[in-house]
Amino acid sequence: MSIVHRQATPPGTSPGAAAVGGTGAGPPGGAEQQVAVRLTGVSKRYGTGPRSVLALDQVSLTVGQGEFVCLIGASGCGKSTLLSLVAGLDSVTGGEVSVSGRVAMMFQEPGLLPWLTAAGNVELALRARKVSRPDRQRHTAELLKVVRLDGFGGKRPHELSGGMRQRVALARALAQGADVLLMDEPFGALDAMTRDLLHDELDRVCAEQTLTVLFVTHNVREAVRLGDRVIVLSSRPGRVIAEYQVPGEWSRGIDSPQTAKLAGTITERLREEMGRHGN
Amino acid sequence: MATDQALHGLDQLELGPAQPAADPGRIARKAWAAAWPKLLAIALVLAVWELVTLTGWKHYVLKGPAPVLSNLWSQLVHGQLWGIIGTTLQTAVVGYAIALLIGSVIGLLVARIPPLRAAVGSIITGLTTMPSVAWVPFAIVIFGESYQAILFVVILGAAPSIANGVITGVDYTPPLLLRAGKTMGLRGFALYRYLILPASLPAYVAGMKQGWAFAWRSLMAGEIVVPIVGQFSIGQALSVDQQNLDFTSTAAILIVILVIGVVVDTLFSKLDLTIRRRRGLLDPAATA
Repeated sequence: MSIVHRQATPPGTSPGAAAVGGTGAGPPGGAEQQVAVRLTGVSKRYGTGPRSVLALDQVSLTVGQGEFVCLIGASGCGKSTLLSLVAGLDSVTGGEVSVSGRVAMMFQEPGLLPWLTAAGNVELALRARKVSRPDRQRHTAELLKVVRLDGFGGKRPHELSGGMRQRVALARALAQGADVLLMDEPFGALDAMTRDLLHDELDRVCAEQTLTVLFVTHNVREAVRLGDRVIVLSSRPGRVIAEYQVPGEWSRGIDSPQTAKLAGTITERLREEMGRHGN
Repeated sequence: MATDQALHGLDQLELGPAQPAADPGRIARKAWAAAWPKLLAIALVLAVWELVTLTGWKHYVLKGPAPVLSNLWSQLVHGQLWGIIGTTLQTAVVGYAIALLIGSVIGLLVARIPPLRAAVGSIITGLTTMPSVAWVPFAIVIFGESYQAILFVVILGAAPSIANGVITGVDYTPPLLLRAGKTMGLRGFALYRYLILPASLPAYVAGMKQGWAFAWRSLMAGEIVVPIVGQFSIGQALSVDQQNLDFTSTAAILIVILVIGVVVDTLFSKLDLTIRRRRGLLDPAATA
Protein backbone atom coordinates (compact mmCIF):
# COMPACT_ATOMS: atom_id res chain seq x y z
CA MET A 1 0.00 0.00 0.00
CA SER A 2 1.38 3.38 -0.96
CA ILE A 3 1.60 6.19 1.54
CA VAL A 4 1.61 9.73 0.23
CA HIS A 5 2.88 12.66 2.28
CA ARG A 6 1.94 16.20 1.53
CA GLN A 7 4.15 18.72 3.32
CA ALA A 8 4.44 22.48 3.26
CA THR A 9 8.08 22.43 2.13
CA PRO A 10 8.88 21.36 -0.46
CA PRO A 11 5.45 21.81 -2.00
CA GLY A 12 3.94 18.87 -3.79
CA THR A 13 3.98 15.22 -2.92
CA SER A 14 6.66 12.76 -2.06
CA PRO A 15 6.43 9.11 -1.11
CA GLY A 16 7.72 8.06 2.28
CA ALA A 17 6.87 6.37 5.57
CA ALA A 18 3.84 7.23 7.67
CA ALA A 19 4.31 10.01 10.17
CA VAL A 20 4.22 8.80 13.77
CA GLY A 21 2.61 10.41 16.79
CA GLY A 22 -0.15 12.59 15.42
CA THR A 23 -1.90 14.86 17.87
CA GLY A 24 -5.48 15.98 18.08
CA ALA A 25 -8.53 14.10 16.92
CA GLY A 26 -7.87 10.44 16.30
CA PRO A 27 -9.62 7.12 16.09
CA PRO A 28 -10.44 5.23 19.27
CA GLY A 29 -7.65 2.89 20.41
CA GLY A 30 -5.41 4.79 17.98
CA ALA A 31 -2.31 2.63 18.34
CA GLU A 32 -3.89 -0.67 17.29
CA GLN A 33 -5.88 0.66 14.36
CA GLN A 34 -4.09 1.35 11.08
CA VAL A 35 -4.23 5.00 10.09
CA ALA A 36 -5.58 5.83 6.63
CA VAL A 37 -5.46 9.63 6.73
CA ARG A 38 -3.39 11.76 9.09
CA LEU A 39 -3.30 15.54 9.24
CA THR A 40 -0.60 17.01 11.47
CA GLY A 41 -0.83 20.72 12.26
CA VAL A 42 -2.17 21.47 8.81
CA SER A 43 -2.65 25.14 7.87
CA LYS A 44 -3.84 26.59 4.62
CA ARG A 45 -3.60 30.25 3.70
CA TYR A 46 -5.00 31.67 0.46
CA GLY A 47 -3.15 34.64 -0.97
CA THR A 48 -0.28 36.55 0.64
CA GLY A 49 0.10 39.73 2.70
CA PRO A 50 -2.56 41.48 4.78
CA ARG A 51 -5.41 40.46 2.44
CA SER A 52 -4.66 36.76 2.68
CA VAL A 53 -7.20 34.44 4.25
CA LEU A 54 -6.35 31.70 6.72
CA ALA A 55 -8.74 28.87 5.82
CA LEU A 56 -7.35 26.16 8.10
CA ASP A 57 -5.31 26.69 11.26
CA GLN A 58 -3.25 23.89 12.82
CA VAL A 59 -5.72 21.14 12.10
CA SER A 60 -4.67 17.72 13.34
CA LEU A 61 -6.77 14.64 12.92
CA THR A 62 -6.44 11.00 12.04
CA VAL A 63 -8.85 8.65 10.33
CA GLY A 64 -8.43 4.92 10.93
CA GLN A 65 -8.70 2.40 8.14
CA GLY A 66 -12.32 1.49 7.48
CA GLU A 67 -13.52 4.36 9.64
CA PHE A 68 -16.31 6.72 8.58
CA VAL A 69 -15.56 10.24 9.80
CA CYS A 70 -17.88 13.19 9.26
CA LEU A 71 -16.60 16.75 9.25
CA ILE A 72 -19.12 19.38 10.17
CA GLY A 73 -18.99 23.12 10.58
CA ALA A 74 -20.64 26.37 9.62
CA SER A 75 -19.80 28.25 6.44
CA GLY A 76 -16.16 29.22 6.09
CA CYS A 77 -14.77 26.41 8.26
CA GLY A 78 -12.59 25.17 5.42
CA LYS A 79 -14.26 21.75 5.13
CA SER A 80 -13.91 21.62 1.38
CA THR A 81 -10.38 23.01 1.55
CA LEU A 82 -9.45 20.19 3.89
CA LEU A 83 -10.73 17.56 1.44
CA SER A 84 -8.87 19.21 -1.44
CA LEU A 85 -5.66 19.00 0.57
CA VAL A 86 -6.19 15.31 1.34
CA ALA A 87 -7.03 14.66 -2.33
CA GLY A 88 -3.86 16.44 -3.42
CA LEU A 89 -5.79 18.95 -5.52
CA ASP A 90 -4.25 21.75 -3.46
CA SER A 91 -1.06 22.09 -1.40
CA VAL A 92 -0.73 22.85 2.32
CA THR A 93 0.79 26.09 3.66
CA GLY A 94 1.99 24.44 6.86
CA GLY A 95 1.96 21.01 8.51
CA GLU A 96 1.68 17.64 6.88
CA VAL A 97 -0.96 15.44 5.29
CA SER A 98 -0.33 11.75 4.87
CA VAL A 99 -2.67 9.36 3.15
CA SER A 100 -2.21 5.63 2.76
CA GLY A 101 -3.74 4.14 -0.35
CA ARG A 102 -5.64 5.53 -3.26
CA VAL A 103 -7.95 8.49 -2.86
CA ALA A 104 -11.17 9.16 -4.73
CA MET A 105 -13.40 12.17 -4.35
CA MET A 106 -17.09 12.90 -4.75
CA PHE A 107 -18.56 16.38 -4.99
CA GLN A 108 -21.96 17.92 -4.34
CA GLU A 109 -22.51 17.87 -8.11
CA PRO A 110 -21.91 14.42 -9.59
CA GLY A 111 -19.42 15.84 -12.11
CA LEU A 112 -20.20 13.15 -14.68
CA LEU A 113 -18.99 13.68 -18.24
CA PRO A 114 -22.18 14.50 -20.16
CA TRP A 115 -20.99 12.99 -23.46
CA LEU A 116 -20.45 9.55 -21.92
CA THR A 117 -23.06 7.05 -20.75
CA ALA A 118 -23.26 5.99 -17.11
CA ALA A 119 -21.15 2.94 -17.97
CA GLY A 120 -18.74 5.10 -20.00
CA ASN A 121 -18.17 7.36 -17.00
CA VAL A 122 -17.35 4.42 -14.74
CA GLU A 123 -15.18 2.87 -17.41
CA LEU A 124 -13.13 6.04 -17.86
CA ALA A 125 -11.97 5.80 -14.24
CA LEU A 126 -10.81 2.22 -14.95
CA ARG A 127 -9.12 3.36 -18.16
CA ALA A 128 -7.25 6.02 -16.18
CA ARG A 129 -5.88 3.13 -14.09
CA LYS A 130 -4.87 1.34 -17.30
CA VAL A 131 -7.22 -1.62 -16.73
CA SER A 132 -7.44 -3.80 -19.86
CA ARG A 133 -10.52 -3.53 -22.06
CA PRO A 134 -12.30 -6.83 -21.24
CA ASP A 135 -11.61 -6.31 -17.53
CA ARG A 136 -12.98 -2.78 -17.79
CA GLN A 137 -16.29 -3.97 -19.19
CA ARG A 138 -16.71 -6.71 -16.63
CA HIS A 139 -15.72 -4.45 -13.75
CA THR A 140 -18.01 -1.63 -14.92
CA ALA A 141 -20.99 -3.99 -14.95
CA GLU A 142 -20.10 -5.16 -11.45
CA LEU A 143 -19.80 -1.63 -10.09
CA LEU A 144 -23.10 -0.52 -11.60
CA LYS A 145 -24.61 -3.51 -9.84
CA VAL A 146 -23.03 -2.45 -6.54
CA VAL A 147 -24.85 0.91 -6.75
CA ARG A 148 -28.04 -0.85 -7.95
CA LEU A 149 -27.92 0.68 -11.42
CA ASP A 150 -27.60 -2.47 -13.50
CA GLY A 151 -29.66 -1.91 -16.61
CA PHE A 152 -29.00 1.84 -16.65
CA GLY A 153 -25.43 1.67 -18.00
CA GLY A 154 -26.51 2.89 -21.44
CA LYS A 155 -28.20 6.03 -20.13
CA ARG A 156 -26.52 9.42 -20.35
CA PRO A 157 -26.28 11.53 -17.18
CA HIS A 158 -29.03 13.93 -18.24
CA GLU A 159 -31.42 11.00 -18.61
CA LEU A 160 -30.93 9.99 -14.96
CA SER A 161 -32.32 11.53 -11.77
CA GLY A 162 -30.11 13.43 -9.32
CA GLY A 163 -29.87 10.47 -6.96
CA MET A 164 -28.99 8.08 -9.77
CA ARG A 165 -26.28 10.42 -11.05
CA GLN A 166 -24.77 10.57 -7.60
CA ARG A 167 -24.76 6.75 -7.50
CA VAL A 168 -22.97 6.68 -10.87
CA ALA A 169 -20.45 9.09 -9.33
CA LEU A 170 -20.10 6.66 -6.40
CA ALA A 171 -19.52 3.76 -8.80
CA ARG A 172 -16.92 5.87 -10.60
CA ALA A 173 -15.21 6.64 -7.29
CA LEU A 174 -15.14 2.92 -6.50
CA ALA A 175 -13.74 2.27 -9.99
CA GLN A 176 -10.74 4.36 -9.03
CA GLY A 177 -9.84 1.50 -6.71
CA ALA A 178 -9.93 3.91 -3.82
CA ASP A 179 -9.09 2.95 -0.25
CA VAL A 180 -10.06 6.41 0.97
CA LEU A 181 -13.23 8.08 -0.25
CA LEU A 182 -13.54 11.83 0.22
CA MET A 183 -17.09 13.11 -0.02
CA ASP A 184 -17.85 16.81 -0.21
CA GLU A 185 -21.56 17.20 0.65
CA PRO A 186 -22.43 14.55 -1.92
CA PHE A 187 -26.12 14.42 -1.01
CA GLY A 188 -26.56 18.15 -0.37
CA ALA A 189 -28.53 18.77 -3.56
CA LEU A 190 -30.89 15.80 -3.18
CA ASP A 191 -34.38 15.65 -1.71
CA ALA A 192 -34.76 14.20 1.78
CA MET A 193 -36.33 10.92 0.67
CA THR A 194 -33.64 10.13 -1.87
CA ARG A 195 -30.95 11.17 0.60
CA ASP A 196 -32.35 8.83 3.22
CA LEU A 197 -32.19 5.88 0.80
CA LEU A 198 -28.70 6.79 -0.32
CA HIS A 199 -27.53 6.83 3.31
CA ASP A 200 -28.55 3.17 3.57
CA GLU A 201 -26.85 2.44 0.24
CA LEU A 202 -23.64 4.16 1.27
CA ASP A 203 -23.64 2.22 4.56
CA ARG A 204 -23.93 -1.05 2.67
CA VAL A 205 -21.32 -0.18 0.02
CA CYS A 206 -18.80 0.99 2.62
CA ALA A 207 -19.24 -2.22 4.59
CA GLU A 208 -18.84 -4.37 1.45
CA GLN A 209 -15.80 -2.55 0.14
CA THR A 210 -14.14 -1.76 3.52
CA LEU A 211 -13.72 1.87 2.62
CA THR A 212 -12.34 4.67 4.72
CA VAL A 213 -14.57 7.71 4.34
CA LEU A 214 -14.02 11.36 5.14
CA PHE A 215 -17.43 12.94 4.69
CA VAL A 216 -18.09 16.68 4.73
CA THR A 217 -21.60 17.93 5.43
CA HIS A 218 -23.43 20.83 7.00
CA ASN A 219 -26.32 18.57 7.93
CA VAL A 220 -25.83 17.52 11.57
CA ARG A 221 -28.30 14.62 11.47
CA GLU A 222 -26.67 13.28 8.33
CA ALA A 223 -23.29 13.39 10.09
CA VAL A 224 -24.63 11.46 13.10
CA ARG A 225 -26.54 9.04 10.88
CA LEU A 226 -23.47 8.10 8.84
CA GLY A 227 -20.36 8.73 10.93
CA ASP A 228 -18.48 6.54 13.36
CA ARG A 229 -17.12 9.85 14.54
CA VAL A 230 -18.21 13.45 14.02
CA ILE A 231 -15.57 16.20 14.07
CA VAL A 232 -16.73 19.80 14.50
CA LEU A 233 -14.69 22.58 12.93
CA SER A 234 -14.73 26.27 13.88
CA SER A 235 -15.11 28.96 11.24
CA ARG A 236 -12.52 31.44 9.91
CA PRO A 237 -10.07 29.91 10.45
CA GLY A 238 -11.07 26.28 10.56
CA ARG A 239 -9.89 24.47 13.72
CA VAL A 240 -11.01 21.23 15.35
CA ILE A 241 -13.17 22.34 18.30
CA ALA A 242 -15.05 19.21 19.25
CA GLU A 243 -15.29 15.54 18.49
CA TYR A 244 -18.12 13.09 19.11
CA GLN A 245 -17.97 9.31 19.00
CA VAL A 246 -21.14 7.67 17.68
CA PRO A 247 -21.62 4.33 19.50
CA GLY A 248 -21.66 1.45 16.99
CA GLU A 249 -24.56 -0.36 18.65
CA TRP A 250 -26.93 2.56 18.00
CA SER A 251 -29.98 2.35 15.83
CA ARG A 252 -28.76 4.63 13.06
CA GLY A 253 -32.01 5.79 11.46
CA ILE A 254 -32.02 9.49 10.70
CA ASP A 255 -35.14 9.81 12.90
CA SER A 256 -34.02 7.61 15.79
CA PRO A 257 -34.16 9.31 19.20
CA GLN A 258 -30.47 8.62 19.82
CA THR A 259 -29.49 10.27 16.54
CA ALA A 260 -31.74 13.22 17.33
CA LYS A 261 -30.27 13.65 20.82
CA LEU A 262 -26.63 13.68 19.72
CA ALA A 263 -27.51 15.88 16.75
CA GLY A 264 -29.09 18.31 19.20
CA THR A 265 -25.92 18.45 21.28
CA ILE A 266 -23.75 19.05 18.21
CA THR A 267 -26.11 21.71 16.85
CA GLU A 268 -25.88 23.49 20.22
CA ARG A 269 -22.08 23.49 19.96
CA LEU A 270 -22.23 24.79 16.38
CA ARG A 271 -24.56 27.61 17.37
CA GLU A 272 -22.18 28.62 20.12
CA GLU A 273 -19.44 28.80 17.52
CA MET A 274 -21.56 30.83 15.10
CA GLY A 275 -22.59 33.20 17.91
CA ARG A 276 -18.91 33.92 18.52
CA HIS A 277 -18.79 35.45 15.00
CA GLY A 278 -21.98 37.42 15.56
CA ASN A 279 -20.46 39.60 18.29
CA MET B 1 -34.30 -5.96 0.80
CA ALA B 2 -36.71 -3.11 1.51
CA THR B 3 -34.19 -0.35 0.78
CA ASP B 4 -33.39 -1.89 -2.59
CA GLN B 5 -37.02 -2.09 -3.56
CA ALA B 6 -37.69 1.48 -2.48
CA LEU B 7 -34.63 2.68 -4.35
CA HIS B 8 -35.58 0.82 -7.50
CA GLY B 9 -39.13 2.16 -7.30
CA LEU B 10 -37.84 5.70 -6.83
CA ASP B 11 -35.55 5.30 -9.89
CA GLN B 12 -38.49 4.22 -12.03
CA LEU B 13 -40.65 7.08 -10.76
CA GLU B 14 -37.98 9.68 -11.37
CA LEU B 15 -37.28 8.52 -14.90
CA GLY B 16 -40.92 9.19 -15.81
CA PRO B 17 -43.05 7.29 -18.30
CA ALA B 18 -41.42 5.68 -21.34
CA GLN B 19 -41.25 7.82 -24.49
CA PRO B 20 -44.01 7.05 -27.01
CA ALA B 21 -42.75 5.36 -30.19
CA ALA B 22 -42.13 7.68 -33.14
CA ASP B 23 -45.05 7.67 -35.55
CA PRO B 24 -44.62 8.60 -39.22
CA GLY B 25 -47.42 11.17 -39.06
CA ARG B 26 -45.51 13.09 -36.38
CA ILE B 27 -42.36 13.18 -38.52
CA ALA B 28 -44.32 14.53 -41.47
CA ARG B 29 -45.93 17.19 -39.27
CA LYS B 30 -42.52 18.20 -37.93
CA ALA B 31 -41.11 18.48 -41.47
CA TRP B 32 -44.05 20.62 -42.55
CA ALA B 33 -43.73 22.82 -39.43
CA ALA B 34 -40.07 23.44 -40.31
CA ALA B 35 -40.71 23.93 -44.04
CA TRP B 36 -43.67 26.31 -44.32
CA PRO B 37 -42.02 29.40 -42.79
CA LYS B 38 -39.10 28.99 -45.22
CA LEU B 39 -41.42 28.54 -48.21
CA LEU B 40 -43.42 31.58 -47.14
CA ALA B 41 -40.24 33.67 -46.84
CA ILE B 42 -39.12 32.62 -50.34
CA ALA B 43 -42.56 33.43 -51.76
CA LEU B 44 -42.45 36.89 -50.13
CA VAL B 45 -38.99 37.63 -51.59
CA LEU B 46 -40.13 36.56 -55.06
CA ALA B 47 -43.27 38.69 -54.74
CA VAL B 48 -41.30 41.82 -53.74
CA TRP B 49 -38.83 41.16 -56.56
CA GLU B 50 -41.67 40.84 -59.09
CA LEU B 51 -43.29 44.04 -57.78
CA VAL B 52 -40.04 46.00 -58.15
CA THR B 53 -39.69 44.71 -61.74
CA LEU B 54 -43.29 45.74 -62.49
CA THR B 55 -42.56 49.34 -61.39
CA GLY B 56 -40.13 49.56 -64.32
CA TRP B 57 -37.19 50.60 -62.14
CA LYS B 58 -33.92 50.10 -64.13
CA HIS B 59 -36.04 48.24 -66.70
CA TYR B 60 -33.15 48.07 -69.17
CA VAL B 61 -31.26 45.55 -66.94
CA LEU B 62 -33.61 44.36 -64.18
CA LYS B 63 -35.56 41.19 -64.93
CA GLY B 64 -38.23 39.42 -62.85
CA PRO B 65 -37.92 36.08 -61.01
CA ALA B 66 -39.39 34.08 -63.92
CA PRO B 67 -36.63 34.74 -66.50
CA VAL B 68 -33.93 34.35 -63.83
CA LEU B 69 -35.27 31.00 -62.61
CA SER B 70 -35.67 29.76 -66.17
CA ASN B 71 -32.08 30.88 -66.88
CA LEU B 72 -30.95 28.95 -63.80
CA TRP B 73 -32.88 25.91 -64.98
CA SER B 74 -31.39 25.97 -68.48
CA GLN B 75 -27.88 26.51 -67.09
CA LEU B 76 -28.38 23.47 -64.84
CA VAL B 77 -29.83 21.30 -67.58
CA HIS B 78 -27.83 22.34 -70.64
CA GLY B 79 -24.99 24.55 -69.48
CA GLN B 80 -21.73 24.06 -67.69
CA LEU B 81 -23.08 25.10 -64.25
CA TRP B 82 -22.58 21.69 -62.62
CA GLY B 83 -18.93 21.66 -63.69
CA ILE B 84 -18.49 25.18 -62.34
CA ILE B 85 -20.08 24.25 -59.03
CA GLY B 86 -17.84 21.17 -58.89
CA THR B 87 -14.67 23.23 -59.41
CA THR B 88 -15.63 25.72 -56.71
CA LEU B 89 -16.74 23.08 -54.19
CA GLN B 90 -13.49 21.18 -54.72
CA THR B 91 -11.49 24.30 -53.88
CA ALA B 92 -13.77 24.92 -50.90
CA VAL B 93 -13.29 21.40 -49.54
CA VAL B 94 -9.50 21.40 -49.99
CA GLY B 95 -9.11 24.90 -48.51
CA TYR B 96 -11.46 24.19 -45.61
CA ALA B 97 -9.75 20.88 -44.81
CA ILE B 98 -6.33 22.57 -44.64
CA ALA B 99 -7.83 25.40 -42.56
CA LEU B 100 -9.39 22.83 -40.23
CA LEU B 101 -6.04 21.14 -39.69
CA ILE B 102 -4.06 24.36 -39.24
CA GLY B 103 -6.75 26.04 -37.11
CA SER B 104 -7.12 23.01 -34.80
CA VAL B 105 -3.38 22.60 -34.25
CA ILE B 106 -2.79 26.32 -33.65
CA GLY B 107 -5.86 26.53 -31.40
CA LEU B 108 -4.63 23.62 -29.28
CA LEU B 109 -1.11 24.99 -28.98
CA VAL B 110 -2.33 28.46 -28.05
CA ALA B 111 -4.80 27.06 -25.51
CA ARG B 112 -2.12 24.84 -23.99
CA ILE B 113 0.92 27.18 -23.88
CA PRO B 114 0.39 30.43 -21.91
CA PRO B 115 3.25 32.48 -23.49
CA LEU B 116 2.00 31.57 -26.95
CA ARG B 117 -1.45 32.73 -25.95
CA ALA B 118 -0.10 36.04 -24.67
CA ALA B 119 1.78 36.42 -27.95
CA VAL B 120 -0.83 35.50 -30.55
CA GLY B 121 -4.17 35.03 -28.75
CA SER B 122 -5.46 38.50 -29.56
CA ILE B 123 -3.99 38.38 -33.07
CA ILE B 124 -6.13 35.32 -33.85
CA THR B 125 -9.25 37.16 -32.71
CA GLY B 126 -8.13 40.16 -34.78
CA LEU B 127 -7.69 37.97 -37.85
CA THR B 128 -11.30 36.80 -37.68
CA THR B 129 -12.42 40.40 -38.17
CA MET B 130 -10.27 40.92 -41.31
CA PRO B 131 -12.43 41.35 -44.45
CA SER B 132 -11.38 38.39 -46.59
CA VAL B 133 -11.28 40.37 -49.83
CA ALA B 134 -8.45 42.44 -48.31
CA TRP B 135 -6.21 39.36 -48.45
CA VAL B 136 -6.68 38.88 -52.19
CA PRO B 137 -4.14 41.45 -53.47
CA PHE B 138 -1.65 40.19 -50.87
CA ALA B 139 -2.17 36.61 -52.04
CA ILE B 140 -1.73 37.59 -55.69
CA VAL B 141 1.52 39.40 -54.87
CA ILE B 142 2.89 36.24 -53.21
CA PHE B 143 1.44 33.45 -55.37
CA GLY B 144 0.50 35.21 -58.59
CA GLU B 145 -2.91 34.67 -60.16
CA SER B 146 -3.05 31.01 -59.20
CA TYR B 147 -5.02 28.29 -57.42
CA GLN B 148 -2.60 28.66 -54.47
CA ALA B 149 -3.58 32.31 -54.09
CA ILE B 150 -7.26 31.35 -53.77
CA LEU B 151 -6.48 28.54 -51.30
CA PHE B 152 -4.38 30.98 -49.27
CA VAL B 153 -7.30 33.39 -48.97
CA VAL B 154 -9.71 30.60 -48.02
CA ILE B 155 -7.38 29.24 -45.34
CA LEU B 156 -6.74 32.68 -43.85
CA GLY B 157 -10.48 33.25 -43.82
CA ALA B 158 -11.41 30.04 -42.02
CA ALA B 159 -8.46 29.02 -39.81
CA PRO B 160 -8.67 31.84 -37.21
CA SER B 161 -12.34 31.09 -36.44
CA ILE B 162 -11.58 27.39 -36.07
CA ALA B 163 -8.60 28.11 -33.79
CA ASN B 164 -10.78 30.44 -31.73
CA GLY B 165 -13.37 27.67 -31.38
CA VAL B 166 -10.75 25.31 -29.94
CA ILE B 167 -9.41 27.95 -27.54
CA THR B 168 -12.90 28.86 -26.31
CA GLY B 169 -13.77 25.19 -25.86
CA VAL B 170 -10.67 24.47 -23.78
CA ASP B 171 -11.16 27.63 -21.70
CA TYR B 172 -14.79 26.82 -20.96
CA THR B 173 -14.22 23.25 -19.79
CA PRO B 174 -16.20 23.18 -16.51
CA PRO B 175 -13.80 23.29 -13.51
CA LEU B 176 -15.83 20.59 -11.76
CA LEU B 177 -15.17 18.16 -14.62
CA LEU B 178 -11.46 19.04 -14.49
CA ARG B 179 -11.39 18.29 -10.76
CA ALA B 180 -13.25 15.03 -11.34
CA GLY B 181 -10.78 14.10 -14.09
CA LYS B 182 -7.77 14.91 -11.94
CA THR B 183 -9.02 12.90 -8.95
CA MET B 184 -9.53 10.03 -11.42
CA GLY B 185 -5.85 10.28 -12.21
CA LEU B 186 -6.15 11.72 -15.71
CA ARG B 187 -3.08 13.82 -16.42
CA GLY B 188 -1.38 15.45 -19.40
CA PHE B 189 -2.32 13.90 -22.73
CA ALA B 190 -4.97 11.59 -21.26
CA LEU B 191 -6.70 14.58 -19.62
CA TYR B 192 -6.90 16.25 -23.05
CA ARG B 193 -7.84 13.11 -24.93
CA TYR B 194 -10.65 11.96 -22.63
CA LEU B 195 -11.86 15.12 -20.96
CA ILE B 196 -10.85 18.54 -22.30
CA LEU B 197 -11.22 17.81 -26.03
CA PRO B 198 -14.64 16.11 -25.78
CA ALA B 199 -15.76 18.92 -23.46
CA SER B 200 -14.62 21.44 -26.10
CA LEU B 201 -16.59 19.85 -28.92
CA PRO B 202 -19.62 22.19 -28.92
CA ALA B 203 -17.41 25.32 -29.09
CA TYR B 204 -15.22 23.61 -31.70
CA VAL B 205 -18.25 22.92 -33.91
CA ALA B 206 -19.38 26.54 -33.48
CA GLY B 207 -15.90 27.65 -34.62
CA MET B 208 -16.05 25.23 -37.56
CA LYS B 209 -19.41 26.64 -38.59
CA GLN B 210 -18.19 30.22 -38.46
CA GLY B 211 -15.00 29.11 -40.24
CA TRP B 212 -17.06 27.64 -43.07
CA ALA B 213 -19.01 30.89 -43.49
CA PHE B 214 -15.73 32.84 -43.72
CA ALA B 215 -14.17 30.23 -46.05
CA TRP B 216 -17.12 30.49 -48.43
CA ARG B 217 -16.96 34.31 -48.51
CA SER B 218 -13.19 34.26 -48.99
CA LEU B 219 -13.51 31.73 -51.79
CA MET B 220 -15.99 33.90 -53.68
CA ALA B 221 -13.78 36.98 -53.22
CA GLY B 222 -10.76 35.04 -54.46
CA GLU B 223 -12.50 33.47 -57.45
CA ILE B 224 -14.04 36.73 -58.66
CA VAL B 225 -10.70 38.53 -58.63
CA VAL B 226 -8.32 35.72 -59.65
CA PRO B 227 -8.89 34.09 -63.06
CA ILE B 228 -7.26 30.68 -63.46
CA VAL B 229 -6.73 29.22 -66.90
CA GLY B 230 -8.62 25.98 -67.40
CA GLN B 231 -10.58 26.27 -64.14
CA PHE B 232 -13.89 28.00 -64.67
CA SER B 233 -15.43 28.58 -61.25
CA ILE B 234 -18.56 30.17 -59.79
CA GLY B 235 -16.64 33.37 -59.06
CA GLN B 236 -15.30 33.53 -62.62
CA ALA B 237 -18.77 32.90 -64.04
CA LEU B 238 -20.00 35.89 -62.02
CA SER B 239 -17.09 37.96 -63.26
CA VAL B 240 -17.87 37.13 -66.92
CA ASP B 241 -21.60 37.81 -66.45
CA GLN B 242 -20.72 41.18 -64.94
CA GLN B 243 -18.67 42.09 -68.01
CA ASN B 244 -21.57 41.08 -70.25
CA LEU B 245 -24.07 43.00 -68.07
CA ASP B 246 -26.09 39.77 -67.97
CA PHE B 247 -28.59 40.27 -65.13
CA THR B 248 -30.42 36.95 -65.42
CA SER B 249 -27.25 34.81 -65.28
CA THR B 250 -25.71 36.91 -62.46
CA ALA B 251 -28.85 36.55 -60.38
CA ALA B 252 -29.08 32.82 -61.15
CA ILE B 253 -25.52 32.24 -59.93
CA LEU B 254 -26.13 34.33 -56.79
CA ILE B 255 -29.00 31.97 -56.01
CA VAL B 256 -26.62 29.01 -56.39
CA ILE B 257 -24.09 30.62 -54.02
CA LEU B 258 -26.81 31.32 -51.45
CA VAL B 259 -28.24 27.79 -51.65
CA ILE B 260 -24.83 26.12 -51.21
CA GLY B 261 -24.06 28.39 -48.24
CA VAL B 262 -27.40 27.62 -46.60
CA VAL B 263 -27.16 23.85 -47.19
CA VAL B 264 -23.69 23.55 -45.61
CA ASP B 265 -24.72 25.80 -42.74
CA THR B 266 -27.72 23.55 -42.13
CA LEU B 267 -25.41 20.53 -41.94
CA PHE B 268 -23.33 22.24 -39.25
CA SER B 269 -26.49 23.22 -37.36
CA LYS B 270 -27.65 19.59 -37.42
CA LEU B 271 -24.28 18.47 -36.08
CA ASP B 272 -24.48 21.08 -33.32
CA LEU B 273 -28.03 20.01 -32.45
CA THR B 274 -27.04 16.33 -32.28
CA ILE B 275 -24.18 17.08 -29.91
CA ARG B 276 -26.33 19.23 -27.65
CA ARG B 277 -29.10 16.64 -27.58
CA ARG B 278 -26.68 13.88 -26.60
CA ARG B 279 -25.40 16.03 -23.75
CA GLY B 280 -28.82 17.03 -22.49
CA LEU B 281 -28.25 20.69 -23.37
CA LEU B 282 -31.59 21.05 -25.13
CA ASP B 283 -34.87 21.80 -23.44
CA PRO B 284 -36.88 18.64 -24.21
CA ALA B 285 -40.12 20.60 -24.10
CA ALA B 286 -38.84 22.99 -26.80
CA THR B 287 -37.78 20.22 -29.18
CA ALA B 288 -40.64 17.76 -28.67
